[in-house]
Amino acid sequence: MSGPDQKVRHEQEVVRRQRERARLMAWLLGAFVVLLFFITVAKIGINW
Amino acid sequence: MVTSSVLESEAAALPADWRDLLALTKPRVMSLVVFTGLAGLLVAPVLPPLVLGFTAILCIALGAGAAGALNQWYEADLDAQMRRTANRPLPAGRMDRQTALHFGVGLGAFAVILMGLAANWLAALLLAASILFYVLVYTVWLKRRTAQNIVIGGAAGAFPPLIGWVAATGQIAPLPLILFAVIFLWTPPHFWALSLFVRSDYAAAKVPMLPVTAGVEATRRQVFLYSLPMTAAAVAPWPLGLAGSLYGVIATGLSAAFVIIAGLVLANRATEPAEMRPEKRLFGFSVIYLFALFAALVVDRWIGA
Repeated sequence: MSGPDQKVRHEQEVVRRQRERARLMAWLLGAFVVLLFFITVAKIGINW
Repeated sequence: MVTSSVLESEAAALPADWRDLLALTKPRVMSLVVFTGLAGLLVAPVLPPLVLGFTAILCIALGAGAAGALNQWYEADLDAQMRRTANRPLPAGRMDRQTALHFGVGLGAFAVILMGLAANWLAALLLAASILFYVLVYTVWLKRRTAQNIVIGGAAGAFPPLIGWVAATGQIAPLPLILFAVIFLWTPPHFWALSLFVRSDYAAAKVPMLPVTAGVEATRRQVFLYSLPMTAAAVAPWPLGLAGSLYGVIATGLSAAFVIIAGLVLANRATEPAEMRPEKRLFGFSVIYLFALFAALVVDRWIGA
């Protein structure tokens, strides 16, 4: 395996991991927003 | 020209895989933490709205994950020397230490702030105390210095039922303090049973676990001795009127089994890990014991309510 080939594969792996983490982070942020909404509703409901 | 050293440094600079970030939180340990925290919340006299209860348990889980990540950040060198831990993300070279540190601190701060906003600030304070206790007192201060590391450090793992209760009620009460004591007294026999049959790992890594510093026989004696006050604490809610007879009977039966297996450990004379069947049995049973004990308390509370 030549050096440049390895470098290309390395860069592809970096992009793949970045995409995977970005997608996961988007889902987690979305879930957090939904959770905050329901926490707010619950807090208003019980007049904390 | 791309040299091998450049490639190696680039490989080390790969962004951490999310699965390794998850592994950093010690998910198996987290399951016990979540369960005992949930039990603490469910046996409380008042229950918060579902979403707030869920958030409190989520925060306990994230706090435990943060503590696990910071523990692995600090102990990467130690983990590399032990077979049981050598394949963790940091010692295996799949992640750089700075990522682990940032992940742990960020996760911990997020968990504490969310707990304060969703439940109450006393629960958030206890959560912060449990994370800091595990990281600073156990991991940084005690673990490499004294054979009592597990005894004092065990307090960190004892916080979840107390946090669960306080998240629901906003107050500290006798029952969650007894549950704290149960886990605190359960931790030494649980970990010493493990450390008996992985003694060589701890010795190689120069971690002063009791079997390394005091020997196998002394450790077996301590395992048995600790199982006695643990039993007293486990059964205590029944005579004190804090739990019903269903819990009392189950706690007595489970604790009797624990003491019997601890007795078998005490009687064992084997020095080779392959012959340490009672120790392995006690380690396995101790996990079931804690799950069953807390489940019994919740069932007792809900049937008796």
